[in-house]
Amino acid sequence: MPEDIDCSNEQVEKNETDVSMYRYVAHRFFCHKLAVTGLAFVILIILCALLAPLIATQSPFVVSDNANLVPYWKHILGTDSVGRDVFSRLIYGARVSLTVGVLTVLISVGIGTVLGLLSGYFGGKTDMIIMRLTDMFMSFPDIMLILVIVSIVGPGLRNIIIVLGLLQWPGVTRIVRSNVLVIKQEDYIKSCTVLGLSTSRTLFIHILPNTIAPILVYATTGIASAIITEASLSFLGMGVQPPTPSWGNMLTDAQSLTVLTTQPWLWVPAGTLIFLSVLAINAIGDGLRNALDARQQ
Amino acid sequence: MIKYIRKRLLITLPVLLGVTIINFIIMLLAPGNAIDLMTNPHVNAATLALKTQALGLNQPAYVRYFHWIINMFHGDLGTSMTTFQPVSEMLGERIGPTLLLMGLALLFGLLIAIPLGILSAVKQGSKLDFVTVTGSFVGISIPNFFLGLGLISIFSLNLGWLPTSGMETLGAGGDLADRINHLILPVIVLSANVAGRNIRYVRSSMLEILGKDYLRTERAKGMKEWKIICTHGLRNALIPIITVLGFEIPMLFSGAVVTEKIFSWPGLGQLTMNSILSRDYPTIMALNLFMAIVVIGSNLLTDILYAVIDPRIKFK
Repeated sequence: MPEDIDCSNEQVEKNETDVSMYRYVAHRFFCHKLAVTGLAFVILIILCALLAPLIATQSPFVVSDNANLVPYWKHILGTDSVGRDVFSRLIYGARVSLTVGVLTVLISVGIGTVLGLLSGYFGGKTDMIIMRLTDMFMSFPDIMLILVIVSIVGPGLRNIIIVLGLLQWPGVTRIVRSNVLVIKQEDYIKSCTVLGLSTSRTLFIHILPNTIAPILVYATTGIASAIITEASLSFLGMGVQPPTPSWGNMLTDAQSLTVLTTQPWLWVPAGTLIFLSVLAINAIGDGLRNALDARQQ
Repeated sequence: MIKYIRKRLLITLPVLLGVTIINFIIMLLAPGNAIDLMTNPHVNAATLALKTQALGLNQPAYVRYFHWIINMFHGDLGTSMTTFQPVSEMLGERIGPTLLLMGLALLFGLLIAIPLGILSAVKQGSKLDFVTVTGSFVGISIPNFFLGLGLISIFSLNLGWLPTSGMETLGAGGDLADRINHLILPVIVLSANVAGRNIRYVRSSMLEILGKDYLRTERAKGMKEWKIICTHGLRNALIPIITVLGFEIPMLFSGAVVTEKIFSWPGLGQLTMNSILSRDYPTIMALNLFMAIVVIGSNLLTDILYAVIDPRIKFK
């Protein structure tokens, strides 16, 4: 994080032409207090996920006789109904949430970007077909279609990632398309045609880089919504299945009223982590939007 | 105007058709059918074959698709595989509670979002703005089920103020106060989402209007700031909010699935979860289609409403 940030003289820096685009964007991002806090939190979660075996002193899977223990020094968040250490499950759960978030978005942004580029660039029938397809998929309440398909292909980490990835592209497609429609009119794209560049070169080398900003913002919020959807599915029993720990399936037990009142350490930490991670990622998304979109100021 | 509506309808029809096709394809992929349900040692193969023929299950997929569509127009959505009740009947019983829940959540969500969004835009950069924007992030980031469980734990179990589940107290209840008590928590959960999503929307819409030249003209004329905002700013800023209604319907349906499950609210969301868990595909597909049609309808309606209110839209 750059030390010498002075958020008050934003205007001055904007006018200096020798400041690079990246430094300008980074500067604006680091002036967004909420986004910086969010970034710090997400880095912490990523570290937890990577260093899980070092941080979690006990196995998140091993079932023991010590079920339903109250938190004490050995199990700082107690144990669940089959004697697994809750703290360890929480740390390993970070891996599931981050994996689902990132992989889902890679798939959906990949599909959405290509369809959006094609739709916006070619227009006409291609555009018509892709846009109507987008409308169709957007007509189903998202959790509905996800639940239906998961009930057919079966739950589990891999299936959840594939289903979420294959269903979340319409939003990206719309954003990319509307950006391509604007960029297409620019002189430098017309000159690509004049120079006789191939369509794929024009699309991927000249148009795509100019739509990166909105894609990046959308991808960030997409990670947040994928994490929350996975957690909801796992909570409902249609997502990641035990014994694999997921923050969502750790809350399933809290549907019993005794767990809800007498053992808050079983569900409050997991729920809080989902909430804070999603909040942090959404804040980063907002910071990026602010930093990349000069019109907002 | 009529030309715009006709154009909008022409776009909607293929989408509607596509939605039924997607739904039908998923139904074909779903394991199990009505015959599997009848299969047991007491039924011989000939009977099953006869029944298959009677139900038209031996016919090619496209023929079955047309049969399904025709039946649907006659109000026949199939029969539940678990309760053996007509699906349309089950849907009918559940629509009321869900609409009540969604309607109230939308109402309260917007009642929170619109004033707060406007205030934070007018006082951009102030403490109030920061708190409001942060609050809206909380609203969109908190998982429905976590908020629901938290509220039940605090207000129902620890304080004992409100009931944990259902629509009314069994046996004893049924009066208005009892029903309102049952509504409070689920409505809070759903409207937190609605408010969170819309505060920033209202705020940015208002910010855009505040920067417009005609407001600068009013200021130059010496008009009072609050009067400018109320008479000229507000009216123009709230027009785009109409489209929000179209976005909110699918979100509310999604939210209802989880929220109704937690609060045992006897609506479409709970029916969805129950039929998913028991793999009752006729019911699931009917629900899926029903929700998609409601979403398409509400999008169509908000687009037309928007065009009626904002004459600029027709020329696009």
